[in-house]
Amino acid sequence: MINKMVKNIKRPIFMDLLRIRMPVVAVLSFAHRVAGMMLCLLIPFVIYLLDLSLRNAQGYAEALAILASPPVKFVAVMLLWGFSHHLLAGIRFLLIDADIGVERDSARRSAWFINVGGLIVPVIALWVLL
Amino acid sequence: MIWRASGFRAWLLQRLSAVYMALFIGMFVLHLVLDAPSSYQEWRTWMALPFITVTASIFFAALLIHAWVGLRDVIIDYVHPLGMRFVLLALVAAGLLAMGLWVLRILMMGGAA
Repeated sequence: MINKMVKNIKRPIFMDLLRIRMPVVAVLSFAHRVAGMMLCLLIPFVIYLLDLSLRNAQGYAEALAILASPPVKFVAVMLLWGFSHHLLAGIRFLLIDADIGVERDSARRSAWFINVGGLIVPVIALWVLL
Repeated sequence: MIWRASGFRAWLLQRLSAVYMALFIGMFVLHLVLDAPSSYQEWRTWMALPFITVTASIFFAALLIHAWVGLRDVIIDYVHPLGMRFVLLALVAAGLLAMGLWVLRILMMGGAA
């Protein structure tokens, strides 16, 4: 089996992303990964803010000021897309593991709902902020 | 099923950590909405509650494990040269481990102070 795979290593590979038709479920899966990587980059900043906010009263005020500054708010809105998409898609995966929504039609419908819904959450947040 | 080689352990860890994080974040946001700390003293006192120190420590452990399984999947899928893959995995592991020690120190100090 493995030998066969190694021998077949020169199989044709077609990776023109603009010409591959991406089903909505593939878009969801890919966005789930992109969002996950975005959230990973966020981890050290969250720990830093926690550290700062617990150090002393001055650090607490500084941490709140950082969170309230416009550029941070802007980045937070983008991260809100990552968070809501990752959370919703994750819940969808858990439900599919539990045999709920596995059918092709319902799997597609939920994928559309999450891809669009994940975008609506930050738009609402932006609206509230402005 | 072969426990070590099947990926079952990673699959299970990813799901257990996901559920725990969703519950913890829900609890944390609910606290901020219902009873937001109004001062440094209140915030520190709340973070130093044994229940919060313990659940927050488990949260960060779950977060770092979740990040490890996810990033490992991405690296294994897209980085094929073995040397490069190994270097990236080692860097990610070292970074996550360092963040774990850092946050553990913060949470333990918060509890002691």
